[in-house]
Amino acid sequence: MANRPVSEMRLPPHLAHLLAARRLTTAKDVLSLPEVELMAVLDAGLPTARAAVAHVSEVACPPCQTALALLEERARLGGGGRLATTLVGLDEALGGGIPLGKLTEVVGPSGIGKTQFCLKLALLAALPECYGGLNGRVVYIDTESKFSSRRMIEIGQNSFPQIFRQEGLAQKMAGRILVMRPTSLADFTKSLEQMKVTLLQHDVKLLLVDSMAALTSLENEKATAGSRQHPLRWALSFLKSIAEFSRIPVVVTNQVRSQSNDDGHHFSFEVDGKDDANCAERFDSHLVAALGVQWAHAVTIRLVFESHSGHRFIKVAKSPMSPAVAFPFSVESSGITLLSDEGIDVTGPDITSIRCQGQNILAR
Amino acid sequence: MASSGDPPLLAGAQNAWDMLSDEQSQKHITTGSGGINNILGGGIHCKEVTEIGGVPGVGKTQLGIQLAINVQIPVEYGGLGGKAVYIDTEGSFMVERAYQIAEGCISDILEHFPHSHEKTSSGQGKLQPEHFLAGIYYFRICSYTEQIAVINYLEKFLGEHKDVRIVIIDSVTFHFRQDFDDLALRTRVLSGLSLKLMKLSKAYNLAVVLLNQVTTKFTEGSFQLTLALGDSWSHSCTNRLILYWNGNERYAYLDKSPSLPVASSPYAVTGKGVRDSVSSNGKRVRVM
Repeated sequence: MANRPVSEMRLPPHLAHLLAARRLTTAKDVLSLPEVELMAVLDAGLPTARAAVAHVSEVACPPCQTALALLEERARLGGGGRLATTLVGLDEALGGGIPLGKLTEVVGPSGIGKTQFCLKLALLAALPECYGGLNGRVVYIDTESKFSSRRMIEIGQNSFPQIFRQEGLAQKMAGRILVMRPTSLADFTKSLEQMKVTLLQHDVKLLLVDSMAALTSLENEKATAGSRQHPLRWALSFLKSIAEFSRIPVVVTNQVRSQSNDDGHHFSFEVDGKDDANCAERFDSHLVAALGVQWAHAVTIRLVFESHSGHRFIKVAKSPMSPAVAFPFSVESSGITLLSDEGIDVTGPDITSIRCQGQNILAR
Repeated sequence: MASSGDPPLLAGAQNAWDMLSDEQSQKHITTGSGGINNILGGGIHCKEVTEIGGVPGVGKTQLGIQLAINVQIPVEYGGLGGKAVYIDTEGSFMVERAYQIAEGCISDILEHFPHSHEKTSSGQGKLQPEHFLAGIYYFRICSYTEQIAVINYLEKFLGEHKDVRIVIIDSVTFHFRQDFDDLALRTRVLSGLSLKLMKLSKAYNLAVVLLNQVTTKFTEGSFQLTLALGDSWSHSCTNRLILYWNGNERYAYLDKSPSLPVASSPYAVTGKGVRDSVSSNGKRVRVM
């Protein structure tokens, strides 16, 4: 819509000619200028500039729908709009499972089970619908070479023994999962671009990026000193738009890093002398998600994998459909399994913190 | 307009006494939480632009959807009986959640007006979640060009849909942060947009609510959270509400208002939507 050429907009002739003469060829060109500057570029009066803006805006504006029409459309498309994870408690908390058309983030310290979770999701999306799957292909973008085919099939054989005993099914399922290993951010970007058409043509039902954070380290440290623009911002928009237009779930994993002084925690009106006491303990025990707050705003669902009190937990930290709740889990031969379907309610700072009490063999 | 019948001294001006009666008759849209309504002086004001910002996950979209539902509370139950325009720039609007929030609002209405089921069938028809969803005009915006286009187009749209009483943009930040490289130009474009929105709110007597994200800023020797889009933008809105975590509770802080003192109030996000937090006072929740 933004790149819609002005020539196709059927504007009144005098406006069309004026815009063409000043080389304002797309909706973006016309609308990116404040009124006064547009007047200067067109060398025309305010009414003309306003008329041009009004016409172009009307055409470039996407059509509106009532929320009721949205609901009916979702109902028509069927499937409940979710990919069930088969982890009952988690599925219930998320309103059925991982939502289609939205970006879901899985974040946690290394070794906690994020990739195990992704492997299971990949399998589930490939399974036929009668077994609760999406019966489609899966694109798995593996930036850290962690994808293990052997492990995925082991998960399949142990979670769905009756399915995987069938002749040739393992091969068929594995054949539906396409693994890509980009070696640089540019590589990744190029693959994504090519993917938009491929996704629809080849019936891809799930896109996984494991992990997103690794892409920033693949990037050379180009000097963008002073620039606060996020290096992955293009990828972020693109993944969101792929999710929406293809109506598929997009799952992205994120790493953690220790807190640094650069992380703001409070608004100016909150800073009240309570800082110093909390600071010390905070830096010791807490981790934050890599990729920053801009990324955190952009994902629709955030699942935090963390460990404390001797157990590992999957915590629904951000979800429009449910309050924050955590489920203890373990990793078995059949993949991730919940130890309890009754979630533990989480409130306050525990929602956003990521705890990792690992077994430190050197500390013994 | 002038009460004394004298010709106005300045064309287009209104004297303060007349404005006072306008201000007093101004309608508010309840947020669902009595506490937040109080610090706002009754609720979200029509004819004003209110910015609501906060960290990810604190409940901005929840409040946006709640307002889109609450603006539709029929006049006979104390609401405005208006419709909502919801401009979604990030894809955060989940229609199933809007349905839940509509159900929650209806159940609160029925609790406070227990005899309403005896009303006529047309009255009954209004108290269905589907009816509330039909009253939300939803735009999905995928770039800053589209965002500028929809705000420009609103003038015509609102002229054709005079029952709209709230316009919500969720979030105003996303595309401008993502894709706008020239920061100076961005500031000028944003200020043009905020002026337009202010004019629309006054001309059509509706509330404009802009949801904003947070960023970090180096002030007073440390990095602090602040709302995104820069200092110039922070001047653009009439009212600013910041949602944040205080211990285990969600709080709303009125950071900027032309007539009310800064104040904060706890609130909660429940299955029914935005409500008062249980621990704040023992009183029953009032939606109206």
